Amino acid sequence: MRLITVSGPPSCGKTAVLSKACRALMDAGTACAVVKFDCLQSRDGEIYREIGVPVSVVFSGGLCPDHFYASNLEEAFAWAMGTGAGCFVIETAGLCNRCSPHLRGALGLCVIDNLMGIDAPAKIGPMLRLADLVVVTKGDLVSQAEREVYRHRIRQMNSRAVIRHVNGLTGQGCAELARIMEQAPDLSSVTDVKLRFSMPAAVCSYCLSETRIGVRYQKGNVKKARFGGGDVHDDH
Amino acid sequence: MSTTIIEGVFVPRTMTLTAGRDKSGRPEACDVSFAAGQVTALLGPTGSGKSRFLSDIESMAQGDTPTGRTLLLDGRSPDADERFALTGRLVAQLTQNMNFVLDMGVLDFLTTHAESRGAADPKDVADRVFAAANALAGEPFSPEIQLTQLSGGQSRALMIADTALLSWSPVLLIDEIENAGVDKKKALELLVQSDKIIVMATHDPVLALSAHRRLVFEHGAVRAVVERSGREEGVLARLSAMETEISRVRERLRRGAAVDGSKAT
Repeated sequence: MRLITVSGPPSCGKTAVLSKACRALMDAGTACAVVKFDCLQSRDGEIYREIGVPVSVVFSGGLCPDHFYASNLEEAFAWAMGTGAGCFVIETAGLCNRCSPHLRGALGLCVIDNLMGIDAPAKIGPMLRLADLVVVTKGDLVSQAEREVYRHRIRQMNSRAVIRHVNGLTGQGCAELARIMEQAPDLSSVTDVKLRFSMPAAVCSYCLSETRIGVRYQKGNVKKARFGGGDVHDDH
Repeated sequence: MSTTIIEGVFVPRTMTLTAGRDKSGRPEACDVSFAAGQVTALLGPTGSGKSRFLSDIESMAQGDTPTGRTLLLDGRSPDADERFALTGRLVAQLTQNMNFVLDMGVLDFLTTHAESRGAADPKDVADRVFAAANALAGEPFSPEIQLTQLSGGQSRALMIADTALLSWSPVLLIDEIENAGVDKKKALELLVQSDKIIVMATHDPVLALSAHRRLVFEHGAVRAVVERSGREEGVLARLSAMETEISRVRERLRRGAAVDGSKAT
């Protein structure tokens, strides 16, 4: 089964683009299945069901969405296998923008739109930096010069990804996207496959539902920052 | 056929948009071909399919847009690689979108754009675009001002100058330049170069008659192709003279001058 992980900030058009690409894949005879990993709520299931794609929408709720995603990948893969899909799309809500859902040996796709600020490509981090394919949406709402400048910024963050402009509303470019998805690596299992980027470390008192502020309530993996003395960077 | 390449862009000598279908799915009347040096005007009521037609060219439609049209360059379909290598290079487009959304200063934006286009001296190109935009805009603006703070006319002037001087492409698409709040004659002079394929959607009679031919749209499809006749050239001359007169009077009124032949107070 071909596996594609898709990430991108909220409301950038992931579901609009993917549902149309899945439609094109199915018209060409490739069955698709979609799992949407989301945090709190989502109506995306209806959009996929409308076009006849088997879909599972699952919510991390109180858990770190990234950990929730990684802990459920094998089961998600098994479910998609069970639908008889030839192409399995995992759509995440962009996790928390600190991570990347992309896997080594699977096709990693990042969706961003042209209406975000000029620094967005730098801010959304590893999900863009480690993607194989970057799909840019909402290009019809900006000038050509802006599309080019934005593309340049994406290129600066990720020098090797294929960049494509796609219109999620009209579906323009989705047929080409489907052709690229058809070329995604064929996997028989995700067990032992590696993430391209590490998940956040946690297990502190706040992970265990502590809500009070104060040093005396903090236990476990607690990292203290230095303020006013220049930036302290994380290793990532 | 020999291939022409300018600044790394493959330059087609002809471009054809095959007949698609209208909003009800009925087949379009005919294919439309374009040649370099030819200006084509698109006419028809709002919603009749002019912008869609431009967008089919811009995206190099291959039967995958709502109209089902296919773009042929020099008589053949560009392959997938060519198509996407050319996207953003084949076509320079001036759309009706009047405002910028990126949070950048004007000169910073132009310099980055010149960089992205691989200009040898991005700063110099940016300065030239900035100067041309300021000459075109009604009210001048500073190089540091944020793109999002520009007025509609200033934004449009900047887009026009950028398209003319920075975004060199063999095909130029213009969508309703007369709505720009800038001097449309000056803007066209800056934009129109004889070696390009020029396609412009317009509601303006002078602009429409300036074109070599007109495509008439109805219900999402091309209904007729009309060449400009010799008699129409006479109409164009008359309308242009009227427009010059209107501009002259408008300028005088703006400056507080009388227009009945008496001296201004």
